[in-house]
Amino acid sequence: MAAEGKTIDALSQFELTHALGPIGAAVNFTQSNAHMLLAVVIITAIMMWGMAPRAIVPGRFQAVAETFYEFVENLVVGQIGHEGKRYFPFVFALFMFVLFGNVLGLFPFAFTYTSHIAVTFGLAFLVFVVITAVALALHGKKFFGYFFPEGAPLWLAPIIVPVEVVSYLSRPISLSVRLFANMVAGHVLLKVFATFVVLLGGLGVVGPFLAVLPLSVNVLLVGFELLVAFLQAYVFAILTSIYLHDAVHLH
Amino acid sequence: MTERDEFDERLKQARQRRGLEKDASDPKAGQDGLPAGALQIGLRAGIEVVSALIAGAGLGWLLDHWLGSFPWLFLVFFVVGGVAGVMNVYRLFSPRRGAGK
Repeated sequence: MAAEGKTIDALSQFELTHALGPIGAAVNFTQSNAHMLLAVVIITAIMMWGMAPRAIVPGRFQAVAETFYEFVENLVVGQIGHEGKRYFPFVFALFMFVLFGNVLGLFPFAFTYTSHIAVTFGLAFLVFVVITAVALALHGKKFFGYFFPEGAPLWLAPIIVPVEVVSYLSRPISLSVRLFANMVAGHVLLKVFATFVVLLGGLGVVGPFLAVLPLSVNVLLVGFELLVAFLQAYVFAILTSIYLHDAVHLH
Repeated sequence: MTERDEFDERLKQARQRRGLEKDASDPKAGQDGLPAGALQIGLRAGIEVVSALIAGAGLGWLLDHWLGSFPWLFLVFFVVGGVAGVMNVYRLFSPRRGAGK
Protein backbone atom coordinates (compact mmCIF):
# COMPACT_ATOMS: atom_id res chain seq x y z
CA MET A 1 0.00 0.00 0.00
CA ALA A 2 2.80 2.40 0.86
CA ALA A 3 5.45 2.16 -1.86
CA GLU A 4 3.81 0.60 -4.86
CA GLY A 5 5.62 1.71 -8.00
CA LYS A 6 8.12 3.61 -5.84
CA THR A 7 5.86 6.56 -5.24
CA ILE A 8 4.81 8.16 -2.02
CA ASP A 9 1.10 7.58 -1.53
CA ALA A 10 0.30 9.53 1.60
CA LEU A 11 -3.38 10.26 1.04
CA SER A 12 -4.89 6.82 0.45
CA GLN A 13 -5.01 6.30 4.21
CA PHE A 14 -7.87 8.79 4.38
CA GLU A 15 -10.06 6.96 1.86
CA LEU A 16 -13.30 5.53 3.15
CA THR A 17 -14.05 1.87 2.64
CA HIS A 18 -17.02 -0.20 3.67
CA ALA A 19 -16.79 -2.07 6.94
CA LEU A 20 -18.74 -5.14 8.07
CA GLY A 21 -18.73 -6.76 4.63
CA PRO A 22 -21.92 -6.84 2.51
CA ILE A 23 -24.14 -5.53 5.30
CA GLY A 24 -21.96 -2.46 5.70
CA ALA A 25 -21.86 -1.93 1.94
CA ALA A 26 -25.65 -2.04 1.76
CA VAL A 27 -26.12 0.78 4.29
CA ASN A 28 -22.87 2.67 3.54
CA PHE A 29 -21.37 1.81 6.92
CA THR A 30 -17.71 2.81 6.59
CA GLN A 31 -14.65 2.08 8.68
CA SER A 32 -14.94 5.68 9.89
CA ASN A 33 -18.35 4.92 11.41
CA ALA A 34 -16.96 1.71 12.83
CA HIS A 35 -14.22 3.63 14.63
CA MET A 36 -16.72 6.17 15.93
CA LEU A 37 -18.78 3.32 17.36
CA LEU A 38 -15.63 1.78 18.84
CA ALA A 39 -14.69 5.10 20.47
CA VAL A 40 -18.17 5.50 21.95
CA VAL A 41 -18.09 1.91 23.27
CA ILE A 42 -14.66 2.43 24.86
CA ILE A 43 -15.66 5.76 26.43
CA THR A 44 -18.89 4.26 27.80
CA ALA A 45 -17.00 1.24 29.13
CA ILE A 46 -14.40 3.39 30.88
CA MET A 47 -17.01 5.58 32.50
CA MET A 48 -19.40 2.77 33.47
CA TRP A 49 -16.80 0.40 34.88
CA GLY A 50 -14.82 3.26 36.33
CA MET A 51 -17.79 4.62 38.25
CA ALA A 52 -19.18 1.26 39.31
CA PRO A 53 -17.01 0.66 42.44
CA ARG A 54 -17.65 4.14 43.92
CA ALA A 55 -14.69 3.63 46.22
CA ILE A 56 -13.42 6.49 48.37
CA VAL A 57 -9.86 5.51 47.47
CA PRO A 58 -10.14 4.93 43.71
CA GLY A 59 -8.65 1.92 42.00
CA ARG A 60 -6.85 2.26 38.69
CA PHE A 61 -9.96 2.21 36.53
CA GLN A 62 -11.88 4.59 38.75
CA ALA A 63 -8.85 6.90 38.80
CA VAL A 64 -8.90 7.06 34.99
CA ALA A 65 -12.58 7.94 34.93
CA GLU A 66 -12.15 10.52 37.70
CA THR A 67 -9.13 12.08 35.98
CA PHE A 68 -11.08 12.61 32.77
CA TYR A 69 -14.06 13.96 34.69
CA GLU A 70 -12.07 16.36 36.85
CA PHE A 71 -9.95 17.55 33.93
CA VAL A 72 -12.98 18.58 31.90
CA GLU A 73 -14.85 19.90 34.94
CA ASN A 74 -11.95 22.19 35.88
CA LEU A 75 -11.79 23.37 32.30
CA VAL A 76 -15.51 24.11 32.05
CA VAL A 77 -15.87 25.75 35.47
CA GLY A 78 -12.64 27.68 34.99
CA GLN A 79 -13.78 29.14 31.68
CA ILE A 80 -17.54 29.61 32.10
CA GLY A 81 -17.90 29.87 35.87
CA HIS A 82 -20.26 27.97 38.13
CA GLU A 83 -23.31 28.46 35.94
CA GLY A 84 -21.29 26.61 33.29
CA LYS A 85 -21.78 23.29 35.05
CA ARG A 86 -24.97 22.60 33.15
CA TYR A 87 -22.93 22.56 29.91
CA PHE A 88 -20.46 20.06 31.34
CA PRO A 89 -22.04 16.95 29.74
CA PHE A 90 -21.88 18.59 26.31
CA VAL A 91 -18.22 19.60 26.58
CA PHE A 92 -17.28 16.29 28.19
CA ALA A 93 -18.89 14.28 25.38
CA LEU A 94 -17.17 16.40 22.73
CA PHE A 95 -13.78 16.17 24.47
CA MET A 96 -13.91 12.40 24.90
CA PHE A 97 -15.16 11.79 21.35
CA VAL A 98 -12.43 13.94 19.80
CA LEU A 99 -9.73 12.61 22.13
CA PHE A 100 -10.52 8.97 21.42
CA GLY A 101 -10.83 9.67 17.71
CA ASN A 102 -7.35 11.19 17.70
CA VAL A 103 -5.73 8.54 19.88
CA LEU A 104 -7.43 5.53 18.26
CA GLY A 105 -6.17 6.77 14.90
CA LEU A 106 -2.58 6.34 16.03
CA PHE A 107 -2.93 2.59 16.33
CA PRO A 108 -1.77 0.51 13.36
CA PHE A 109 -4.54 -0.29 10.83
CA ALA A 110 -6.85 2.13 12.60
CA PHE A 111 -8.69 4.99 10.92
CA THR A 112 -8.72 8.56 12.27
CA TYR A 113 -12.25 9.83 11.87
CA THR A 114 -11.17 13.32 13.03
CA SER A 115 -9.05 13.57 9.86
CA HIS A 116 -12.18 14.21 7.79
CA ILE A 117 -13.43 17.78 7.52
CA ALA A 118 -16.99 16.46 7.30
CA VAL A 119 -16.70 14.96 10.78
CA THR A 120 -14.90 17.90 12.42
CA PHE A 121 -17.16 20.44 10.75
CA GLY A 122 -20.17 18.44 11.89
CA LEU A 123 -18.93 18.65 15.48
CA ALA A 124 -18.02 22.33 15.16
CA PHE A 125 -21.40 23.14 13.59
CA LEU A 126 -23.09 21.42 16.53
CA VAL A 127 -21.08 23.67 18.86
CA PHE A 128 -22.09 26.70 16.79
CA VAL A 129 -25.79 25.81 16.95
CA VAL A 130 -25.59 25.16 20.70
CA ILE A 131 -23.81 28.43 21.55
CA THR A 132 -26.23 30.43 19.41
CA ALA A 133 -29.23 28.67 20.95
CA VAL A 134 -27.88 29.20 24.47
CA ALA A 135 -27.23 32.89 23.82
CA LEU A 136 -30.71 33.37 22.31
CA ALA A 137 -32.40 31.47 25.13
CA LEU A 138 -30.58 33.37 27.89
CA HIS A 139 -30.56 36.87 26.39
CA GLY A 140 -33.30 36.94 23.77
CA LYS A 141 -33.05 39.99 21.53
CA LYS A 142 -30.10 41.37 23.50
CA PHE A 143 -28.01 38.68 21.80
CA PHE A 144 -27.95 40.80 18.64
CA GLY A 145 -26.26 43.58 20.59
CA TYR A 146 -23.28 41.25 20.56
CA PHE A 147 -22.66 42.26 16.96
CA PHE A 148 -22.46 45.96 17.78
CA PRO A 149 -20.39 46.90 20.84
CA GLU A 150 -21.82 49.56 23.12
CA GLY A 151 -20.30 53.01 22.85
CA ALA A 152 -19.19 52.73 19.25
CA PRO A 153 -20.29 55.63 17.04
CA LEU A 154 -23.46 54.78 15.16
CA TRP A 155 -22.15 55.73 11.72
CA LEU A 156 -19.62 52.89 12.02
CA ALA A 157 -22.44 50.31 12.23
CA PRO A 158 -22.38 49.42 8.48
CA ILE A 159 -18.73 48.42 8.89
CA ILE A 160 -18.73 46.89 12.38
CA VAL A 161 -21.86 44.75 12.05
CA PRO A 162 -20.82 42.78 8.92
CA VAL A 163 -17.32 42.31 10.33
CA GLU A 164 -18.68 41.01 13.64
CA VAL A 165 -21.17 38.73 11.87
CA VAL A 166 -18.44 37.26 9.66
CA SER A 167 -16.16 36.90 12.68
CA TYR A 168 -18.94 35.02 14.50
CA LEU A 169 -19.60 32.81 11.45
CA SER A 170 -15.90 31.99 11.17
CA ARG A 171 -15.91 30.25 14.56
CA PRO A 172 -17.10 26.80 13.43
CA ILE A 173 -14.76 26.98 10.43
CA SER A 174 -11.66 27.74 12.46
CA LEU A 175 -12.66 25.18 15.08
CA SER A 176 -13.07 22.41 12.51
CA VAL A 177 -10.15 23.34 10.24
CA ARG A 178 -7.74 23.41 13.18
CA LEU A 179 -8.52 19.86 14.29
CA PHE A 180 -8.77 18.50 10.75
CA ALA A 181 -5.51 20.12 9.58
CA ASN A 182 -3.55 18.94 12.59
CA MET A 183 -4.70 15.33 12.23
CA VAL A 184 -4.17 15.20 8.44
CA ALA A 185 -0.73 16.83 8.65
CA GLY A 186 0.40 14.41 11.35
CA HIS A 187 -0.75 11.30 9.53
CA VAL A 188 0.68 12.46 6.18
CA LEU A 189 4.04 13.09 7.85
CA LEU A 190 4.01 9.65 9.45
CA LYS A 191 3.14 8.02 6.13
CA VAL A 192 5.79 9.96 4.17
CA PHE A 193 8.58 9.00 6.56
CA ALA A 194 7.34 5.40 6.71
CA THR A 195 7.54 5.31 2.91
CA PHE A 196 11.11 6.63 3.09
CA VAL A 197 11.96 3.65 5.29
CA VAL A 198 10.67 1.24 2.66
CA LEU A 199 12.24 3.07 -0.30
CA LEU A 200 15.66 3.46 1.35
CA GLY A 201 15.57 -0.07 2.70
CA GLY A 202 15.57 -1.39 -0.87
CA LEU A 203 18.79 0.44 -1.84
CA GLY A 204 21.14 -2.55 -1.81
CA VAL A 205 23.80 -2.90 0.89
CA VAL A 206 23.72 0.58 2.44
CA GLY A 207 19.93 0.77 2.27
CA PRO A 208 19.00 -0.71 5.64
CA PHE A 209 21.51 1.56 7.40
CA LEU A 210 20.12 4.66 5.71
CA ALA A 211 16.59 3.52 6.46
CA VAL A 212 17.29 3.79 10.19
CA LEU A 213 17.23 7.58 9.88
CA PRO A 214 13.59 8.02 8.76
CA LEU A 215 12.62 5.18 11.09
CA SER A 216 13.98 7.09 14.08
CA VAL A 217 12.20 10.22 12.87
CA ASN A 218 8.99 8.20 12.78
CA VAL A 219 9.48 7.01 16.34
CA LEU A 220 9.79 10.62 17.46
CA LEU A 221 6.80 11.59 15.32
CA VAL A 222 4.54 9.00 16.93
CA GLY A 223 5.31 10.52 20.33
CA PHE A 224 4.69 13.99 18.96
CA GLU A 225 1.41 12.87 17.40
CA LEU A 226 0.26 11.51 20.74
CA LEU A 227 0.91 14.97 22.20
CA VAL A 228 -0.97 16.60 19.31
CA ALA A 229 -3.88 14.18 19.76
CA PHE A 230 -4.32 15.25 23.40
CA LEU A 231 -3.62 18.89 22.70
CA GLN A 232 -6.15 19.18 19.88
CA ALA A 233 -8.89 17.52 21.92
CA TYR A 234 -8.05 19.95 24.74
CA VAL A 235 -8.08 22.94 22.37
CA PHE A 236 -11.43 21.84 20.93
CA ALA A 237 -12.93 21.55 24.41
CA ILE A 238 -11.48 24.82 25.73
CA LEU A 239 -12.59 26.81 22.68
CA THR A 240 -16.07 25.35 23.07
CA SER A 241 -15.99 26.53 26.69
CA ILE A 242 -14.78 30.01 25.68
CA TYR A 243 -17.60 30.30 23.15
CA LEU A 244 -20.07 29.11 25.79
CA HIS A 245 -18.66 31.74 28.13
CA ASP A 246 -19.35 34.39 25.49
CA ALA A 247 -22.86 33.00 25.00
CA VAL A 248 -23.63 33.01 28.73
CA HIS A 249 -22.13 36.42 29.57
CA LEU A 250 -22.37 38.19 26.17
CA HIS A 251 -19.19 40.10 27.16
CA MET B 1 15.41 33.51 39.76
CA THR B 2 16.65 30.72 42.04
CA GLU B 3 14.60 32.16 44.87
CA ARG B 4 11.43 31.92 42.81
CA ASP B 5 12.27 28.41 41.65
CA GLU B 6 12.81 27.40 45.24
CA PHE B 7 9.48 28.92 46.21
CA ASP B 8 7.72 27.16 43.34
CA GLU B 9 9.33 23.89 44.39
CA ARG B 10 8.24 24.33 48.00
CA LEU B 11 4.73 25.35 46.91
CA LYS B 12 4.54 22.27 44.71
CA GLN B 13 5.63 20.02 47.54
CA ALA B 14 3.14 21.59 49.89
CA ARG B 15 0.37 21.21 47.35
CA GLN B 16 1.32 17.62 46.77
CA ARG B 17 1.18 16.97 50.49
CA ARG B 18 -2.34 18.35 50.55
CA GLY B 19 -3.26 16.47 47.40
CA LEU B 20 -3.90 19.68 45.44
CA GLU B 21 -1.27 19.35 42.73
CA LYS B 22 -2.76 19.10 39.30
CA ASP B 23 -0.92 18.32 36.11
CA ALA B 24 -3.37 20.45 34.15
CA SER B 25 -1.71 23.65 35.38
CA ASP B 26 0.72 23.61 32.50
CA PRO B 27 3.43 26.27 32.95
CA LYS B 28 3.41 26.91 29.20
CA ALA B 29 -0.30 27.70 29.09
CA GLY B 30 -1.29 31.15 27.88
CA GLN B 31 -3.67 33.50 29.65
CA ASP B 32 -6.81 31.79 28.44
CA GLY B 33 -5.39 28.35 29.10
CA LEU B 34 -4.30 27.70 25.53
CA PRO B 35 -0.76 26.56 24.82
CA ALA B 36 1.43 29.54 24.09
CA GLY B 37 4.28 28.09 22.03
CA ALA B 38 5.36 30.23 19.10
CA LEU B 39 4.34 27.67 16.49
CA GLN B 40 0.98 27.04 18.17
CA ILE B 41 0.17 30.76 18.33
CA GLY B 42 1.26 31.27 14.73
CA LEU B 43 -0.81 28.35 13.50
CA ARG B 44 -3.81 29.54 15.48
CA ALA B 45 -3.56 33.07 14.12
CA GLY B 46 -3.22 31.78 10.56
CA ILE B 47 -6.25 29.53 10.90
CA GLU B 48 -8.27 32.43 12.34
CA VAL B 49 -7.48 34.61 9.31
CA VAL B 50 -8.13 31.87 6.76
CA SER B 51 -11.41 30.78 8.34
CA ALA B 52 -12.66 34.37 8.55
CA LEU B 53 -11.80 34.81 4.86
CA ILE B 54 -13.68 31.61 4.01
CA ALA B 55 -16.69 32.69 6.06
CA GLY B 56 -16.70 36.17 4.50
CA ALA B 57 -16.28 34.98 0.94
CA GLY B 58 -18.84 32.21 1.45
CA LEU B 59 -21.41 34.60 2.90
CA GLY B 60 -20.83 37.04 0.04
CA TRP B 61 -21.15 34.29 -2.55
CA LEU B 62 -24.39 33.05 -1.00
CA LEU B 63 -25.88 36.56 -0.90
CA ASP B 64 -24.82 37.06 -4.52
CA HIS B 65 -26.58 33.87 -5.55
CA TRP B 66 -29.68 34.97 -3.73
CA LEU B 67 -29.73 38.54 -5.09
CA GLY B 68 -28.22 37.78 -8.49
CA SER B 69 -25.43 40.36 -8.30
CA PHE B 70 -22.57 37.98 -8.79
CA PRO B 71 -19.18 39.55 -8.33
CA TRP B 72 -19.97 42.60 -6.20
CA LEU B 73 -21.15 41.36 -2.82
CA PHE B 74 -18.59 38.56 -3.06
CA LEU B 75 -15.82 41.14 -3.43
CA VAL B 76 -17.17 43.33 -0.63
CA PHE B 77 -17.52 40.42 1.79
CA PHE B 78 -14.10 39.10 0.85
CA VAL B 79 -12.65 42.35 2.20
CA VAL B 80 -15.00 42.18 5.20
CA GLY B 81 -13.72 38.65 5.83
CA GLY B 82 -10.15 39.92 5.79
CA VAL B 83 -11.03 42.63 8.31
CA ALA B 84 -12.80 40.06 10.50
CA GLY B 85 -9.72 37.83 10.31
CA VAL B 86 -7.45 40.64 11.49
CA MET B 87 -9.94 41.34 14.27
CA ASN B 88 -9.94 37.67 15.29
CA VAL B 89 -6.16 37.79 15.58
CA TYR B 90 -6.35 41.04 17.53
CA ARG B 91 -8.80 39.42 19.96
CA LEU B 92 -6.43 36.46 20.27
CA PHE B 93 -3.77 38.69 21.80
CA SER B 94 -5.83 41.26 23.67
CA PRO B 95 -7.17 40.26 27.08
CA ARG B 96 -10.75 39.08 26.87
CA ARG B 97 -13.37 41.44 28.18
CA GLY B 98 -15.34 40.10 31.11
CA ALA B 99 -13.00 37.17 31.62
CA GLY B 100 -12.97 37.80 35.35
CA LYS B 101 -16.69 37.29 35.72
